Amino acid sequence: MNFEDKEYKIRVGLAEMLKGGVIMDVTSVEQARIAEQSGAVAVMALERVPSDIRADGGVARMADPDIIEGIKKAVSIPVMAKCRIGHFAEAEVLQALEVDFIDESEVLTPADNKYHVDKWKFKVPFVCGCRNLGEALRRISEGAAMIRTKGEAGTGDVSEAVRHLREISSAMKQLTTMSDEELNGIAKELSAPLTVVKMVAKLGKLPVPNFAAGGVATPADAALVMKLGAESVFVGSGIFKSANPEKTGRAIVTAVTQYQDPKVVAECSRGLGEAMKGISAASISEDDLLQVR
Amino acid sequence: MKATAKNIMVGVLALQGDFERHLSQLERLNISSVEIRRADRLKDIDGLIIPGGESTTMSNLIDRFEMRETLVDFCASMPVWGTCAGMIMLAREVDHNMVRPLNAIDLSVKRNGYGRQVYSFFTEVTAQLNGNAASLKASFIRAPMVSRVGPGVAVLAAYKDSPVLLSSRNCLVSSFHTELDDDLALTRFFVDKFVSKA
Repeated sequence: MNFEDKEYKIRVGLAEMLKGGVIMDVTSVEQARIAEQSGAVAVMALERVPSDIRADGGVARMADPDIIEGIKKAVSIPVMAKCRIGHFAEAEVLQALEVDFIDESEVLTPADNKYHVDKWKFKVPFVCGCRNLGEALRRISEGAAMIRTKGEAGTGDVSEAVRHLREISSAMKQLTTMSDEELNGIAKELSAPLTVVKMVAKLGKLPVPNFAAGGVATPADAALVMKLGAESVFVGSGIFKSANPEKTGRAIVTAVTQYQDPKVVAECSRGLGEAMKGISAASISEDDLLQVR
Repeated sequence: MKATAKNIMVGVLALQGDFERHLSQLERLNISSVEIRRADRLKDIDGLIIPGGESTTMSNLIDRFEMRETLVDFCASMPVWGTCAGMIMLAREVDHNMVRPLNAIDLSVKRNGYGRQVYSFFTEVTAQLNGNAASLKASFIRAPMVSRVGPGVAVLAAYKDSPVLLSSRNCLVSSFHTELDDDLALTRFFVDKFVSKA
């Protein structure tokens, strides 16, 4: 664990470049092109978007290399791909395919119920999901170059992403007021290394970019998470499960850039047609939640 | 190096990318700065930084928010500095049809010329700043490569025989980032030699 390592900084550097942008889930070359044309800063190459994974059930795994290669050829923006939690062999495959970012994602079926991938060993940067500060700091100590909220993927319900953003920011605020003794105690409570806890206490924010994901479906959802402190937005099912993906994608990009200006968000929200239908996160039984993975 | 000038205002194009890193470097040098998200704010500033990020996204948003004409005019004469994607935006020619550059400096640029993220790297680059050799902490992240240097453009630094830091009368471009490290030299150079003198 060396946060001054030059290669680690290069990995975090790419995350910095993606700030103020939208990362879109895509399952085909055609969708990837639409995403790039609508202004996405990166695409996430997948076999199925989260709402389909949720509907289909079964084991969700890393995408077929052919899908990833095809998307890499089709667009010039960074291409991300997901591996299962703890599945370092899938991560090695994705690195061999030269994807630009790996999402160790709860949306796929976890491969290891105990350990996450040791992300320090990789040249490709990783993003990991979290619900609270403890999870975020554990992932950072494992080498994650970017953190995102888990939210509840595939629902089109932004409430869980909002909960996670608020949890993280209020916990960080508390750290900044704590004494060394208290930081020692809280590090144990969070099951996170003291060095990382102290880093956050000093900075007042995470040492890596902090993005939002899980349930963002409209331009106003995107503006909401940006206003709550997210530095960029991942949109999964929200774009290609909407009535008009091209227009919706474009509108969400506009809302992320101009989130401080409600008039612009209002304007880009007009006439988008039906948003993804979605499912209320509160109606999902504990067993079917992706975020607890 | 002399203390940087007062009473100047530097804008950072904040449509997308690592604009906050540039803003915090300016703050550390006690330079007033402002995020630029709309064309009408360009009249308030003495110089502009176009940060790293995704050039396809930036080019798209410049048109979407109707900033192109004002930006082209500004970059033709006022002090501007582009890093990475910012360099792509300031060039004359870019090898990708989704990026319409601002044509502020006579260069041709190849996007991601140094390769995908697995080939991104950190190095130290020796640059000629104010007639002195200075070592810069340089992060090349999916960095653009210069493929043609036009007349009137000076090469201030090269890496493996390829120019990576260049300037013209009002324009400074770098294919790498110094703002990701604690390296204020280029920001200071831009403010002293371009913005304060203009």
